[in-house]
Amino acid sequence: MTTEERCIRMDKICYSVGGRTILTDFDLLLEQGVNRTILGVSGSGKTTILKLILGLLEPDSGSVSINGLTITGLKEAQYREQRKKIAIVFQGGALFDSMTVGENVGYRLFEEGRLAEREIEEIVREKLRFVGVEPALDLYPSELSGGMKKRVAIARALAADPDYIFFDEPTTGLDPIGVYNICNLMQRLQADGKTTLMVTHDLATAFATSQKFTFLHQKRLVFDGSETEMRACSIPEVREFLLPTEQSLFV
Amino acid sequence: MGIAIIDRLLIRFFADLQNFCTLSCRAAARIFRKPGYYRDFAIQFDKLGFGSLFICFLTGLFTGMVMALQFIIQLKPFAATSYVGGMVAVTMIKELGPVLASLMVAGRVGSAITAELGTMMVTEQVDAMRVEGTDIIQRLVTPRLKAMLLAMPLLTILTDVVSLLGGYIIAAGYGINPTMYLSAFTQFIVPLDYLEGLVKPLVFGGLIAMTGCYVGLGTGGGAEGVGSAAKKAVVASSIMILMCDFFIAKIIVVFR
Repeated sequence: MTTEERCIRMDKICYSVGGRTILTDFDLLLEQGVNRTILGVSGSGKTTILKLILGLLEPDSGSVSINGLTITGLKEAQYREQRKKIAIVFQGGALFDSMTVGENVGYRLFEEGRLAEREIEEIVREKLRFVGVEPALDLYPSELSGGMKKRVAIARALAADPDYIFFDEPTTGLDPIGVYNICNLMQRLQADGKTTLMVTHDLATAFATSQKFTFLHQKRLVFDGSETEMRACSIPEVREFLLPTEQSLFV
Repeated sequence: MGIAIIDRLLIRFFADLQNFCTLSCRAAARIFRKPGYYRDFAIQFDKLGFGSLFICFLTGLFTGMVMALQFIIQLKPFAATSYVGGMVAVTMIKELGPVLASLMVAGRVGSAITAELGTMMVTEQVDAMRVEGTDIIQRLVTPRLKAMLLAMPLLTILTDVVSLLGGYIIAAGYGINPTMYLSAFTQFIVPLDYLEGLVKPLVFGGLIAMTGCYVGLGTGGGAEGVGSAAKKAVVASSIMILMCDFFIAKIIVVFR
């Protein structure tokens, strides 16, 4: 496979909703094996980027390609196979509340209908064991804590063995132990060969799990580079984000 | 200024109408397509259909009773109370049965569908399903449409039967011969009336399901958005039921 076939690319993406511009001329390259974090203040359009890559939103202009296939302008059914290479852990977990934890984790496998029920159950148990919530197999999402929901969401993302896993604010609302657990899980996934793309404003988690960083400000990409480059960066917005001062108050 | 507002409202109305029709056609086209999601269909049929039995029973009973009461009062001066059964039957089977049952179900089921799908939208569950490779229409809309297409005619038949029973109780209470009450049915009802009484709930059931799904899948804005979407779905489906009732009746009149 060429490099082009092993990456996700966004070219000159512009996106607006209800006359409000969210992104302007945004470029992104996510190569397999290079874990990336998108940083930016709340409301800067970070989650929108994930949804644009997944085809959940359609850009006004520009294109998105997954492993060499440009999905922009295609019907959902035409790129469903490509999208199966990506899984996402939504901010709130987005677990299906009418299903048990086991049914949630095995959802894609049940939908595909290629495996027998017994095989699916084995995979589900394995994934739940990996994230440390196997005893919750028969519980419903409403019976889980916030941290457990996130871990179940990670297990669901893993069930279909994707190449890329997206994380939308994975540590928001978690206590330090929960944050540590999620960081640890992400590192183990990366060691297993998964490529992660995370959206967050939690710098500690970002630096612990990513090699590349993208910084968004005022609808545009203002920085793209490694942790060292970011810490040495002279762009005022990036510096302020890393080290907020009194001048940052109510800005 | 005024024209610009009307222009914008009209554009929005026709865009909504177009999207509603597109969603309805897509859902209908998937009725016989695999996977059938039979479990989801059974769950929806139970929730939407069986769950509405009691309100339809009460609606039918009291409407039948009040219709019989009013007809007795009106027909008594003409010594024509033997026609009460026929008049209750024709009114209920052709008009009030389908319309009242559908309005009751629209209030109960339309809001439930919208609230359920709306909550799934705002908590990103629908997005999660799409990412997992699910055809949202096939999974979420078509089972509800199928359930309502089957349940609504059955609920209407129940409403009709119970209303005739209610009318019978009142008629018997006023000393009308039960045989005359029952025999008047055949004098008043023709086969086309039964057809009308079944076509209407079929259409209304589809409207309730599709309005609930369309508004639900367009929900945004958190809990407040879900609440306002549920209200919008009930109002829209109720108005559509009343409008379609007139047009179906008008079409059937042509075939008489």
